[in-house]
Amino acid sequence: MSTIRYTEDHEWIRDDGTVGITDFAQKQLGDVVFVELPQVGQKLERGEPFGTVESVKAVSELFAPASGEVVAVNTELESEPELVNEDPTGEGWMIKLKLSKPDELKGLMDQAAYDSHVKRATE
Amino acid sequence: MTDTPLQRTPLFDLHVELGGKMVPFAGYEMPVQYPLGVLKEHLHSRAEAGLFDVSHMGQAWLEAAPGEDAAALIETLVPGDIAGLAPGRIRYSLLLNDDGGILDDLMVTRTPDPARLFLVVNAACKDADFAHIAAKLAGRARLVRLDDRALIALQGPKAAAVLARHAFGADDLAFMESGTFALDRVECMISRSGYTGEDGFEISVPAEEAEDLARRLLAEPEVAPIGLGARDSLRLEAGLCLYGHDIDTTTSPVEAGLSWTIGKRRRAEANFPGAARILRQLAEGPARKRVGIKPDGRAPAREGTLVLAADGREIGRATSGGFGPSVGGPVTMGYVESGFAAPGTPVTLLIRDKAHPATVVALPFVAPNFHR
Repeated sequence: MSTIRYTEDHEWIRDDGTVGITDFAQKQLGDVVFVELPQVGQKLERGEPFGTVESVKAVSELFAPASGEVVAVNTELESEPELVNEDPTGEGWMIKLKLSKPDELKGLMDQAAYDSHVKRATE
Repeated sequence: MTDTPLQRTPLFDLHVELGGKMVPFAGYEMPVQYPLGVLKEHLHSRAEAGLFDVSHMGQAWLEAAPGEDAAALIETLVPGDIAGLAPGRIRYSLLLNDDGGILDDLMVTRTPDPARLFLVVNAACKDADFAHIAAKLAGRARLVRLDDRALIALQGPKAAAVLARHAFGADDLAFMESGTFALDRVECMISRSGYTGEDGFEISVPAEEAEDLARRLLAEPEVAPIGLGARDSLRLEAGLCLYGHDIDTTTSPVEAGLSWTIGKRRRAEANFPGAARILRQLAEGPARKRVGIKPDGRAPAREGTLVLAADGREIGRATSGGFGPSVGGPVTMGYVESGFAAPGTPVTLLIRDKAHPATVVALPFVAPNFHR
């Protein structure tokens, strides 16, 4: 089981560099109808917008949880954006980064910290 | 916006009980969606029947003074042929300013009593509309606001069968016809009309009876509660205008593709507000037109998206747009220069600074399923 870490903007990242949005985020968004992702090869700095996720209600920007080069994007989401709702931390993954500063992950929230972050957000 | 407290409709407690996500809309706290979600609520309304709380809309009687004719009076404010309506018939019409700009769109119902008409106007415009009508017709008619009545819409292919179980004969109403019915022993005014492109009804009910009525309808297996989110995607697919977005005081009925609301007799008489400008546009054609725009890809183009010609020149702007669940893709409505308004014309949508190819299409996106 790989370690998963979270941003305050409700993205998750595994230590292998896979990135997506959390279950809390997909529930807040509602039915996802479009996901716009970067090209493979694009270099991202931590906190940089890398795409958008659009639900029936709203458009939200996606922010890179860590710095690195995009080495894979989930092209399934072009035709099946609903995967983000159905399996946000599995088949609904968005991009995979080759981390340029792996230590950045240490600055992100672990599961317990994220759970209390969500709790605060919903109170 | 002012910090006036939000109002609640008589169904507020029921919305909360049903898990409705309440948001501010036109001065009211309204459900944008229920646990079912916008997408499924939309599809349910096209397949079964959806119940919508539209009590925030403005209902009123227009009562003419003795010796006056209510239809003739309202015709001084709208371009529709109201005098030609048979009693019990409804007309979609437009409240126009003196330049022919659209102050609001509204439903006008002719009642058996020639001295009064039933009006339903948009929530966000109701105070301004009623003040405008009252001022223009002062001394000749008065408006009686029906703030003590709720308005419940039941929309979808199963709506008629459901309603007939509660209001004997309501399913005999024709499209755009209205009548008074005993709905489970409560006297209601029922109109066969709606804002979804589906067959359906709008039920004007005393506020204190509204929750019980809604519960009885929701107890029917075909009926689910539907929020504002799906109401918007349903009307967008049906090509229907949302006031303040697709039409406003800067748009004329001709530009908006609503020339069909201007009665033949009214054109000949040329005596509605803004008639000179509107009739000139009818004769010469408007400079811009409201059209449907279908993005070729999957990216929704929302309100405000710029529409460009092949050479990159700006030719218009989206006024409504989003994902159409029944279409299964993005749908957009907007105004373009008339030279680009023919269905099939390729255009470009500028979404988040990126060019996306799209095509002008005829409205509606989904064929209407009205009762004929």
